[in-house]
Amino acid sequence: MSASRLLTPVVKRKKLADVEWNVIEDFCKGCSFCIEFCPVDALEESDRLNAKGVHPPKLKSEDACIGCGLCETLCPDFAIYLEKKEGKGDKE
Amino acid sequence: MTVIQEFEKHPLAKYLRAERFPHIWCEGCGDGIILHCFVKALDDLAVDIDKFVVVSGIGCIGRAAGYVKCDSFHTTHGRPIALATGIKLANPKLTVAVLSGDGDLFAIGGNHFIHAARRNVDLTVICSNNFNYGMTGGQSGPTTPLDSYTTTTPYGNIEHPFNLVHLAAAAGSVYVARWTVLHVRRLAESIKKALRKKGFKFIEVISPCPEIYGRRNKLGKAIDIMKLYRQISEIRHGYDPAKAEITREKIVVGEFIDIEKPTYGELLQKQFIKIQQKLSEG
Repeated sequence: MSASRLLTPVVKRKKLADVEWNVIEDFCKGCSFCIEFCPVDALEESDRLNAKGVHPPKLKSEDACIGCGLCETLCPDFAIYLEKKEGKGDKE
Repeated sequence: MTVIQEFEKHPLAKYLRAERFPHIWCEGCGDGIILHCFVKALDDLAVDIDKFVVVSGIGCIGRAAGYVKCDSFHTTHGRPIALATGIKLANPKLTVAVLSGDGDLFAIGGNHFIHAARRNVDLTVICSNNFNYGMTGGQSGPTTPLDSYTTTTPYGNIEHPFNLVHLAAAAGSVYVARWTVLHVRRLAESIKKALRKKGFKFIEVISPCPEIYGRRNKLGKAIDIMKLYRQISEIRHGYDPAKAEITREKIVVGEFIDIEKPTYGELLQKQFIKIQQKLSEG
């Protein structure tokens, strides 16, 4: 966890969309943009090594993701994508 | 399931040539993010892919033309705007976008750029600015900042760089914006706005080159460069592009110019009709 992370207060954000967070592990080149810039700090490096020899990201816990989609757009390697969960969709 | 089959589930995969992925760009290179924002803009606008053309020149981001699943040209060095002008004039129904780098658009193709902007040809030009010639090994280029180190300026650069947004605005672009790759949402919105608008639109995207420019200038890894962008970038819409110089302390980003002007294609059509009338009158 970086120093800037420790200084920012943890704000509980409400879920924007109910999504399934996916990663194409072999596409990841390990830039760690997704882990650093996630607004709710929901991602971390996994223990697994992919074909490129880097640790792809994973969700810290199942319900940590709020579905904002920033990691998807910020990933330079098209490795992350979100899928809307069928049936539930956006609440509120 | 193979990686390609897995990639085909990606919501943007329908706009990309899946068989060519993963792409060749380095770890943390901004070009991947630019391509993502570009494709996201196409997806949001539900662009008809059969009426869309992407042209790119030589350079790292020149590969983008090979990755998008529409008609695309990876043309000779410095000539993407010249080729795109031809495509647009030959078939005005097509939407043409140019994705290229700072060296390609402003050094080798500098004249094409200023004259296409002056004529107001209906093109969307997206320039990935990484401050050096990354693909050929990191030579200094027209945007390399003063005192920075590249392979051809090992004791520091002594040439003043171009301020691309000022150049584009002065040459007559109708839409001028600058973003860094950190501003993904704003960049995608900006590309959408540019694609909807008529005339010569220019978007400069500051992109990290961690492997070459970043390494020589001791900027750290890609993530460090992104943190630097977060720290020093300042969003100021409608700011005077002449004052929006990029320095080590500040990068002013935002939409600088948004005006309306008749395009070259429209004026050309009017001219055709005028001449035909004259001839028919005898």
